[in-house]
Amino acid sequence: MLAYITRRVLYSIPVLVLSTFLSFVFVSYAGDPLAQLRITPHISQQTIQNLTHQYHLDQPVPVRYWYWVQDVFEHKLGKSLVTLQPIWPDITRTLGHTLQVVLTAELLALVLGVIVGIYSAVRQYSFFDYFFTSFSFLGYAMPVFWLALLLQIAFTDIYLRWHVRIFYTSGLNSTAGGSAWSLDRLQHIALPVVTLCVISFALYSRFMRASMLDVLNTDYVRTARAKGLPEWRVIMGHVFRNALIPITTVAALNIGAVFGGAIITETIFTLDGIGFYFFNRLSALDVYAVMAYLLVTSVMIVLFNLIADILYGFLDPRIRYD
Amino acid sequence: MTEVGQPHEASPVPPLTGATVGAAALGTAGGSAIDSTVEAGLELKVRSQWSYARSRFLRHRLAMASLIALIVIFGCGIFANYIAPYSYSTIDLTNILHPPTTIAHHYFGTDEIGRDYFSRVIYGIRTSLEVGVFVAFLSSIMGLIIGAVAGYYRGWLDNLLMRFTDLVLTLPALAILLVASALLGQGSQWRVSIILAFFFWTQLARIVRGIFLSLREKEYVEAAKAAGSGDLRIMFRHILPNTLGPVIVNGTLAVATAILTEAALSFLGFGIRPPTPSLGVLVAGGEANPQQWWLTIFPGLTIVLIVLCINFVGDGLRDALDPTQRRVRA
Repeated sequence: MLAYITRRVLYSIPVLVLSTFLSFVFVSYAGDPLAQLRITPHISQQTIQNLTHQYHLDQPVPVRYWYWVQDVFEHKLGKSLVTLQPIWPDITRTLGHTLQVVLTAELLALVLGVIVGIYSAVRQYSFFDYFFTSFSFLGYAMPVFWLALLLQIAFTDIYLRWHVRIFYTSGLNSTAGGSAWSLDRLQHIALPVVTLCVISFALYSRFMRASMLDVLNTDYVRTARAKGLPEWRVIMGHVFRNALIPITTVAALNIGAVFGGAIITETIFTLDGIGFYFFNRLSALDVYAVMAYLLVTSVMIVLFNLIADILYGFLDPRIRYD
Repeated sequence: MTEVGQPHEASPVPPLTGATVGAAALGTAGGSAIDSTVEAGLELKVRSQWSYARSRFLRHRLAMASLIALIVIFGCGIFANYIAPYSYSTIDLTNILHPPTTIAHHYFGTDEIGRDYFSRVIYGIRTSLEVGVFVAFLSSIMGLIIGAVAGYYRGWLDNLLMRFTDLVLTLPALAILLVASALLGQGSQWRVSIILAFFFWTQLARIVRGIFLSLREKEYVEAAKAAGSGDLRIMFRHILPNTLGPVIVNGTLAVATAILTEAALSFLGFGIRPPTPSLGVLVAGGEANPQQWWLTIFPGLTIVLIVLCINFVGDGLRDALDPTQRRVRA
């Protein structure tokens, strides 16, 4: 197992290098990092030439990639060429906020999805089952941005009409630098969390239901029933535990995807997360900040893929790695 | 039955040509047998796998209802010129932000410069349809070719192509799409579609590769080889038809995903640019006027309805064409 994990981790490294290289080539060819500075009036031609030289922008793209990699390790992702500020503090701050929102949403979706999935499978074709099946299909078809917008409009309207503040519809804290676990913060992140949660919940509840039904039809469940175990012990002890195995993989992969998809939700709720940061930097054509985001997100996706693979091997002893 | 003359083409493997063996055999076994049964008052129908698939699909009530709804919705989009009461860009400043009404055909109300939202939504459907179908078409071709080459030739080529597929899957898709459309694809739905297609072929490539890997070992492929068929002929004439089921199912679902993604990109302002009406741009118009609920509700509901129907049709097609992949039904 340890050898497998080591090999799997080692395999992730070339994947990351290639994926960032591809992104880098793509971003560098598509956009001029100094485009914004060139149109800023008080920046002289000399400054631009100095910057070009300093950041090796006159070199071929693969060489620049190498300098960028050095920058990532030595200067913590380097500096933005638009604001001339270091990128690292922005990334760490926004990453913390995004992780708080994404992990809360995923945890909630997972718990609810598993519970609903179990109950739907046990009471297959009941009203409950049909209700949540319809809900999931709706969840699959729902554009994230539309759901976010509906929630935002509804809660803004409630506030304007009755002057009751249930949830805030934008921002992260009422006062700058509020604490991370206050009621105020909760009121702010509730709507983004609900948005992300609904989409993931649709996936998890469907998947858990299918997985439960698969296990319910196996021989050992029939044996367990035949030997006289009470139904709740069959469900919780035999079916539930085995049905959880596939959903761990799905969840780990999905968290990586949701992390990347949080751009939309954060932008609508103007939440100071890494997705909103990326959106702003992209609008300003800030190439190195965009690259920093792509790197962080690639690391997250590769990391969660890794977790998915390892968890799968760990939970299911039938899987052997040699 | 065109397959009669080419017995090596019918494969006993799912999904499509399985029963053609039986049907073809019946066909060859002779006109005389059929004539005699007709005389005896029994009608013998030769049914191909396609006709089985068709009848399975026709029996799928949800999928059929969705298909009819889709035909109506997309029909509106295709014939937008005739159906929409206004042009998508007609400005009427005397009639701004009007709530939905039947007066003067403003069924979905008007926006802040008096454009009729019903017409804009209908033209938006057309844009979505164009993007969805084009992306599905392009990505299916990419997935087919990459999967076919990888599965047929195996070895280092397979390894290379599959590692590349893995790589595309680990790229942060939405972010790269945003970068791509921000820097390259501004405005035109065709350019946006080409960029989208680059991220949509991976799943199909894996499925097609799997089918090719198993079918290339079959006896009928060996027979074709012995008869002197070249690689290309075997790949496209003999193996490819067996992948059509998954390709159609995947392509259908890709239309839905592409429409959703395009709407998200356009909503964020990095996809299709105004004045071309896109459903995503229309929802963004609702974001700019949060007090006017109709500007958000109608384009959004249209997206939900389209995607929902495509997903149901895709599910029905999966059950009809690809019985081996049948999942636990809802």
